[in-house]
Amino acid sequence: MNINLTLIGQLLSFAVFVWFTMKYVWTPIMGALETRKKEIADGLAAAERGQHEQELAKERAKDVLHEAKAQAAEIVAQAQKRAAEIVDESKDTARVEGDRILTAAQSEIEQEANRAREQLREKVGMLAVAGAEKILKKEISADAHQDIVAALAKEI
Amino acid sequence: MAGDALTSGEYIKHHLTNLTFGQHPDGSWGIAHSAAEAKEMGFWAIHVDTMFWSIGLGVLFLYFFSKAAKTATQGVPGGLQNFVEWLVEFIDTSVRGSFSARNSLVAPLALTIFVWIFLQNLMDLVPVDVIPELAKLLGIHYMKVVPSTDPNATFGMAIGVFLLVLFYSIKIKGVGGFAGELTLQPFSSNNPVVNLLFIPINFILEFVSLIAKPISLALRLFGNMYAGEMIFILIAIMYNAGLILGLFGGVLQLGWAIFHILIITLQAFIFMTLTIVYLDMAHNEH
Repeated sequence: MNINLTLIGQLLSFAVFVWFTMKYVWTPIMGALETRKKEIADGLAAAERGQHEQELAKERAKDVLHEAKAQAAEIVAQAQKRAAEIVDESKDTARVEGDRILTAAQSEIEQEANRAREQLREKVGMLAVAGAEKILKKEISADAHQDIVAALAKEI
Repeated sequence: MAGDALTSGEYIKHHLTNLTFGQHPDGSWGIAHSAAEAKEMGFWAIHVDTMFWSIGLGVLFLYFFSKAAKTATQGVPGGLQNFVEWLVEFIDTSVRGSFSARNSLVAPLALTIFVWIFLQNLMDLVPVDVIPELAKLLGIHYMKVVPSTDPNATFGMAIGVFLLVLFYSIKIKGVGGFAGELTLQPFSSNNPVVNLLFIPINFILEFVSLIAKPISLALRLFGNMYAGEMIFILIAIMYNAGLILGLFGGVLQLGWAIFHILIITLQAFIFMTLTIVYLDMAHNEH
């Protein structure tokens, strides 16, 4: 239990230890702690920001969806309207076309009938001429009296 | 093992003698072979065991802590680093709590004091005979393994703290301010002549309280650890006094060691806290 040089030795080693702790232990650890604290704070802030943004995006998505639905409904309505129009139009066209075809057919039928009537009339004329020939015993030639036959035919 | 040839008194004395290296009275240098020889060496001798254990423990502390500090920046902390950071934050909180000025030296100083003293005190929990007996096998006859039971160690630290207190007192307040603090309070008067008369009284009071700081710091730690060590030695003597007393001694040793865990931590903490407080007082006018 003597006080001796050990005192000085302890004092010096104490000083060296304190210096070493200050330079190589305390400063880097406190620096790391500060950095980590800041990183965590930043991370939390970023997470909060992200959450907020997500909420905004959700709302935006809802709006967009609504709009899209409305647009789709509008488009469907328009399409239905247009379809109805087209159906109406084609009905009209068909009716007109049918009428036209009917008219054409009727006029053709009339023409045919007229032509048949004409032919019949000629045939009857010729028949009359032939009958007259027979009656006049070939004295009257068919060529010479054609105008008479034609007149007759017209009268029939 | 109280030693076969030793009496209890000799055993205790043996345990309280440091391994001293110094100059013998005849002029040759060497290890002292007895307590008396060690005493004769006077001031120019050194306690090899105290130096070895305290520096060894200090290096151990710095090795682990600087290792943790080196990896501290690499993201997720591991086990050792967690422990070191926890301790660093604990010290940092203590320093912030009782030290109001700004000084980047105080916190590392507090950390060093706390861990170093704790490790020195921790050697007290190693059963008293284990390391001395091992040393005896190596031919070393004196081995005191708890550096903080050596007043040289505790006074070495306390004087270091005291020098810092003086340095910062003078640096912050100036020589005049510090001298004024020592001489112009607690008694003062508006009458200059009376004030002059108060100066020696004030100086005696303040000087004693100033000097009391390192002395109380050193003696409190030394006294606690020395007393604790002494009780461990006394308990160890019981092992030689028959089976029943030996068993009783075993129980006592266990109990005292468990209680001592509290003391060694508390003493390290008190030394650290008082250092912070003294340095805080050195930084503040009062």
